[in-house]
Amino acid sequence: MADVTLMKTPAETGLVQAFESAKTLLPGNAESRAKAFEQFNLRGLPHRRVEEFKYTDLRALMREAAPFAGTPSAVQAKEALAGAKALAGVSALQVPFVNGHFMRDAVRFDALPEGVEIVPLAEALASGHDWLARLSPIPWAADNPVYQLNTSFMADGVMLRIAGPVETPIHLRFVTSETSAVATATRVLVLVEDRASVTLLETHESGNGTGHQPNDVVEIIAGDETNVRHVRMNAEGDQALALSTLAVKMGTEAQLTSINVVVGSAVSRHQVFANFDGENARAQINGATMVKGRQHADSTLVVEHAAPNCESRELFKTVIDDEATGVFQGKIIVPHHAQKTDGRMMSAALLLADGGSMNNKPELEIFADDVQCAHGATCGQLDEDLLFYLMARGLPKKEAESLLVQAFLGEAIEFVENDTVRDALTATVEGWLRARS
Amino acid sequence: MLEIKNLVVQIEDKRILNGLDLTVNNGEVAAIMGPNGSGKSTLSYVIAGKEDYEVLDGEILLDGQNLLEMEPDQRAAAGVFLAFQYPLEIPGVASMTFLKAAINAQRKARGEGELTTPDFIKRVNAAAGQLEIPKDMLKRALNVGFSGGEKKRMEILQMALLQPTFCILDETDSGLDIDALRIVSEGVNALRSADRSFLVITHYQRLLNHIVPDTVHVMSSGRIVKSGGKELALELEANGYADYRESEAA
Repeated sequence: MADVTLMKTPAETGLVQAFESAKTLLPGNAESRAKAFEQFNLRGLPHRRVEEFKYTDLRALMREAAPFAGTPSAVQAKEALAGAKALAGVSALQVPFVNGHFMRDAVRFDALPEGVEIVPLAEALASGHDWLARLSPIPWAADNPVYQLNTSFMADGVMLRIAGPVETPIHLRFVTSETSAVATATRVLVLVEDRASVTLLETHESGNGTGHQPNDVVEIIAGDETNVRHVRMNAEGDQALALSTLAVKMGTEAQLTSINVVVGSAVSRHQVFANFDGENARAQINGATMVKGRQHADSTLVVEHAAPNCESRELFKTVIDDEATGVFQGKIIVPHHAQKTDGRMMSAALLLADGGSMNNKPELEIFADDVQCAHGATCGQLDEDLLFYLMARGLPKKEAESLLVQAFLGEAIEFVENDTVRDALTATVEGWLRARS
Repeated sequence: MLEIKNLVVQIEDKRILNGLDLTVNNGEVAAIMGPNGSGKSTLSYVIAGKEDYEVLDGEILLDGQNLLEMEPDQRAAAGVFLAFQYPLEIPGVASMTFLKAAINAQRKARGEGELTTPDFIKRVNAAAGQLEIPKDMLKRALNVGFSGGEKKRMEILQMALLQPTFCILDETDSGLDIDALRIVSEGVNALRSADRSFLVITHYQRLLNHIVPDTVHVMSSGRIVKSGGKELALELEANGYADYRESEAA
């Protein structure tokens, strides 16, 4: 059957033009960018007939390509960071980005916590830094169009190296403060050396009413016996189209916990690509999504058990109000040799109104014969009997609903060890609930 | 005072209550006994305000206020408390969080200020001690993994903290062993007062040895078919409900 070449959409044409004008200006290896963009351009924006994007048709959702943001002025950057609210109460090493550009002046490189090294990505790309060889730890991510776009356009970011136990959380704070729609493409590489541990906070925020188009990639290479705790929050403005990817490779006996909390964006898609590269590693990957109005939030997950004896747990909770849409796609892959794999994946959605919808697609691809794998997906409304019980004790209906929604999402959040971070996430849930009543 | 006049209730086209009349005076403990399916639990749910029931006729007045026009939370704030036959488990909601939310919601509805945390904890500890509820139980999610006895004690704890004026005990004795029955009954008896009345729904006379009623009403086919003093319960225990079932058939 002959391939049919489709007309390019305005967004696709815009991306081609953007790449043509940017490619000579962007730092680093032009060849790898050109290759990634060529791969992207061959198929264009993924649409509903592309299996992985069936429920998130980017060709339809992305009407036009926003221009890439320039470097903010010092005043603009300072104001943007002063107004940043996400996880503001958590004491952490701040690694801030404004309009997709790393704000190196805000970091005291001479006073970093012991075991932490930070290299600005733009400089590293320009100079051909050694660590660049470790970018893109998950080879098959290169087939993903969202990831290809990031590789094509990534202009800035940081590379972090963690050696030893680091107590102070590291806060990757992304703020977009432009008042007209802009695109950003950042890449963060985190090298966690053997036996090191770190807490990474990642927040994304922007103002309402502007259709920003961030495309962010965080890549973590966790060595043997490492412990990585990752907390991400999407608090983008209500018109943003936010694409993101977390790519993680785990060594022997590595421990990973990751949660993505979504309250912002008109359209969001968070992709997690996890790879178990050493035995006896464990990952807990969670999501807590709250959408209302006509918001669309997609969580797509591929967990590859490439080594035997590893354990993965995924728990994704989605609360859908009004006419919003939730998507969960999760795949666990267990190749022949990955015996004694233990994987459990669960997606649960709560529909608060009649107009909402949820698309659940859990998948298992198991080629080994001695494994324990399970997946589940539920979709329901608040339990009327529980509501009555709470109301019979005096709680007004909205309050009773809020308590039950908090309990529902709380299950995905409770594993967060850091009290202030967990409290901040709980406060985010409470704030979302207050806004609906 | 609770007055129920000519209450007619159906659920999914099935008539459950057929013109029920009942008055419970302030300070009175009224027991309702009756065979399975006579409408006892329906009566308790309709007083508390559960949505599934359709009230076709009649009224329920608590101190002159028409309960049927109120939402369940408003009824609770007005003084109604239903101790559930099967208390619900609420995963993810800590018992203490729930208790505090309930107390403060009712105080707010009545125009009173919220309790301070130390004051709240003091009250909970005092009431929990009396009901032999260990502190770690209060730290757990509400009713999750509680035994039958623990769930019922938790209901009475809520009753003690919320200080309602009209309490309904819906088969509170079901699933209780002898010790738990004693603890729960003592908890209820400690709450008896001149301005608080109780509607005790039970199949068995056993509970009424511990919570001695002022009046006993026999319910059959959705109405009260006989009323009397506490001796009526003993008579039922001896003779069963057969007499009243016959009247149903007639």
